[in-house]
Amino acid sequence: MKEITLKIENLNAYYENNQILKNISLDIYRNKITAIMGPSGCGKTSLIRCINRMFELTPKTKIEGKITLIEKINGSFKEINVYSTESTYIRRKIGMVFQKPNPFPTMSIYENVLAGFILNGIKLKKSEADSIVEDALRKVALWDEVKDKLKKRGTFLSGGQQQRLCIARALVMKPEIILLDEPTSALDPMATSKIEELLENLKSIVTIIIVTHNVGQAGRISDYVAFLYLGELLEFGLTDKVFTNPSHKKTEEFLIGKIG
Amino acid sequence: MTKKLKLRLFKDKFYFILLLILSLIPIFLFILIIIHIIKKGITVIDWSFLSQLPKPVGEEGGGILNAIVGTILLIILASILTIPIGIVTGIFLYEYSNSKLAYIVRIISEIIQGIPSIVIGILAYIWVVKPMGHFSGLSGGVALALIMLPIVIKTTEEMLKLIPNELKEASLALGTPYYRTIFKVMIPTAISGILTGILTGIARIAGETAPLLFTAFGNPFLNFDIFKPISSLPHIIYLYSISPFEDWNQKAWGASFILLIFVLFLNVLIRILSVKKK
Amino acid sequence: MFEDKINFLKSKIIEMGNLAVHMLEKSINGLIQKDKNILLELIEVDEPKMNELEVEIDELCINFIARYQPEASILRNLAMALKMNNDLERIGDMAVNIAQSALFLIERPQLKPLIDIPLMAKETIQMIKDGIEAFINLDSELAVSICQRDDLIDSYRDQILRELITYMISDPSSIERAIHLERISRNIERIADLATNIGENVFYIVKGKLIKHGRYKDIL
Repeated sequence: MKEITLKIENLNAYYENNQILKNISLDIYRNKITAIMGPSGCGKTSLIRCINRMFELTPKTKIEGKITLIEKINGSFKEINVYSTESTYIRRKIGMVFQKPNPFPTMSIYENVLAGFILNGIKLKKSEADSIVEDALRKVALWDEVKDKLKKRGTFLSGGQQQRLCIARALVMKPEIILLDEPTSALDPMATSKIEELLENLKSIVTIIIVTHNVGQAGRISDYVAFLYLGELLEFGLTDKVFTNPSHKKTEEFLIGKIG
Repeated sequence: MTKKLKLRLFKDKFYFILLLILSLIPIFLFILIIIHIIKKGITVIDWSFLSQLPKPVGEEGGGILNAIVGTILLIILASILTIPIGIVTGIFLYEYSNSKLAYIVRIISEIIQGIPSIVIGILAYIWVVKPMGHFSGLSGGVALALIMLPIVIKTTEEMLKLIPNELKEASLALGTPYYRTIFKVMIPTAISGILTGILTGIARIAGETAPLLFTAFGNPFLNFDIFKPISSLPHIIYLYSISPFEDWNQKAWGASFILLIFVLFLNVLIRILSVKKK
Repeated sequence: MFEDKINFLKSKIIEMGNLAVHMLEKSINGLIQKDKNILLELIEVDEPKMNELEVEIDELCINFIARYQPEASILRNLAMALKMNNDLERIGDMAVNIAQSALFLIERPQLKPLIDIPLMAKETIQMIKDGIEAFINLDSELAVSICQRDDLIDSYRDQILRELITYMISDPSSIERAIHLERISRNIERIADLATNIGENVFYIVKGKLIKHGRYKDIL
C-alpha cells in the first residue's frame, strides 16, 4: 500500500526577481527512493532546499505554496505544515546530506555521529551514546572500518567514508525523510556504488529523496523519478515506466542524453 | 652562447643578487637591534631584577617586579574587555554584513584603529580617570582595550568568512538553531584564527607606552588593585631611560630585553598556531 | 542490487522452459494415451500461463535494460533472454497445435502405430531440456550439441512424411488423419529448430560469438 510521506502543492520559489520553481506539485511515497533529476540549473537543488527550509536562508528569496510532512508515529499519521512549523523541528525530521561531504572538523568521528544531539545541547548517557553511534555506523557500513578510530577527527577519512559518516549523522536524528543533494558527484566510482548500495538498504527505515543529474544513478536506485526542467515538473512516475516510456518529449531527450 | 643570451643570463643573476642583498638589509638591521638589546640588557637580568621592587631613588639594586606584574595585569584586563566585545562584534559584522549598521560599525572600527595611541590615552583619561578622580590600572586597561579591539573584530570577521558555507549548512540541516550554529560550530572552527588575532592584539598592546602615561600612570610599588595606578614594562622603560641615573638606565635595557623576549615569544606562538590551523 | 533482478529473470526463463517441456510432453502423451483431459488442460491452462510468462519476462528485460544500461555479459544475457522468451512461447504455441491435432486423432481409429513420432518427440524434448540446462550452467559445449541433433529431427520428419504419403495414396480416407499426423511431426520439427535457437543463444551468452545459421559447424 502506497503511503504518502510528503505532499508538495503548488510550490513557487523566487530568488531576487527570478522564478526558480514554477508551480510544483508532487507526492513522495514512504520508504521509497525518489530521484529528482534534470539538467543543471533546472531547480532540483532549490526544490529540496525548499523541503527542509534551507532555501529561505539565502537572502532575497521568496516561497509560495504548501508542503505537508506526514509523520508516522506508532502506526498513526500526523500531518505537519512544513512552513507553519518551527524550522529547526522540520530540519530534524527531514535530514540532508550535501554534495561535498562536510563532517565537522573540530569533532571526532564519534562526536560527528552524535552532532545532532551535541549541537542541540542534549546530553546522553555514555552507554546510550555508544549504542547510538555503533548502530548508526553499522547502518552505513562504516562500523568495521572506523570502530578503532572513533576518537580521530572526521576529516581523516576518505571522501566516500566521510559521506557515509554524514549519512549516519543524519540518520541519528531518526528523520522521516533524508534529502541527498548529488551525494556522489564528488566521489570516485567505487565509493559511489557503495553509497548507492547503502541507500537501497536504508529505504526500509527512511524515505529517500535524491537529487541527481546522472541518469544512470537515477535508473539504478530509484523507485520513482521526477523530471524537472527550467523550474517546472515535467514528469513524475515509477522509474520503470518513465525510463521505458516517458510521457514528455523533454524527459526522453534528457534520458537519451540529448539535453542536460 | 650568443651575446644576447649571455646578457640575459647576467641580468638574471644581477637582479637576483640585488634582491638578495636588499632583503638581507632589514634582517641584518633586525639582528643588530636584537644583539644590542641583548648585550645591554642581559647583564642586568638576574633573579633579584625579576623578583624585587624598585628601590628608592638613588639606591642601588632592586628590580622591576611591579612592572612585570603590571604589564601582565593590564594585558589581562584589556583582554577581558576586548575579547567578548570584539568576538561578538565580529560575529555581528559577519552575519549582517550588508546592513547599514554593519557598515557604520566597520567604519568606526577602522577609525579607532587609526587613532594615534596617545589620543586613545587621552580618551581613556577623559572617560575613566577624570570621573574616578585618579589614575588607575582600569583606565590603562580601557585604553589598551580600545587599541586591541579593532584587531580582534577584524580577525573574527575574517576568520568566520573563511569558513566554508557547507559547515554552517551541515549544522543547520541537523535542526540546530542559528545562534548555536555560530557558537558551537563556527567559532570553534575559526578559533585558532581568532586566537591568532587576539595574540596579535596582545603583542601590539604589550609595548604601548603613550596611553599608559596618563592613565595607568605607573607605580613604584607592587599593586594588584586595578583601581589604583599601576606600573608596566613600557612605562618603566620610558621612565628609567630618560633618568640621569646610570643604574636606572641599565634597568631600562633589562626591561627592554624582557619586553622583547615576550613579544618575540608571542610572535612565535602566532606562527605556530597559523601552521596548525592549516 | 541488480544481481537479484538478474537471478529472478533467469528463474523466470527456467520456469518458462520447464513449462514448454511439460506442454510438449503432455501433447504427445495425450496423443499416445488418448487422454482428452490433459490435452484440454494444455490448451486452456498451460497456454495462457505461457503467454503470461512471456509478457512478464519481456517487461523485466526491457525495464532492466532501461534502468541499468548493462554491458558485456549482462547485456548478452538480456538480449538472449528476450529471444529465448520469444522462442519458448512459440514452442508452447506449437505444443498447442499438436494438442489440437491430437484431439482430432484420438477420436478416430489409429492410422498407424505411433513409433516415429514418439521417438522424434523424445529427442526434441531432450533438446529443450539440454537447452535449459545449458542456460543454467552456461555450458557452451552442451549448447552446441543441441545444434548438431537438429539434422536428426529433420530426417525423422522426412521419413514420416514419406510414410504418410504412401498411406494417403493407397487409402484416400486416411488423408485427413495423415495430414494431422504430418502436422504433428512438422510442429515437433519446428520445436526442434527453436530448441536449436536456444542452443545458439546460450552459446552467444557464454562465448560472445553468434553461431546462427549453421555456423556452429565452424567451431566444432
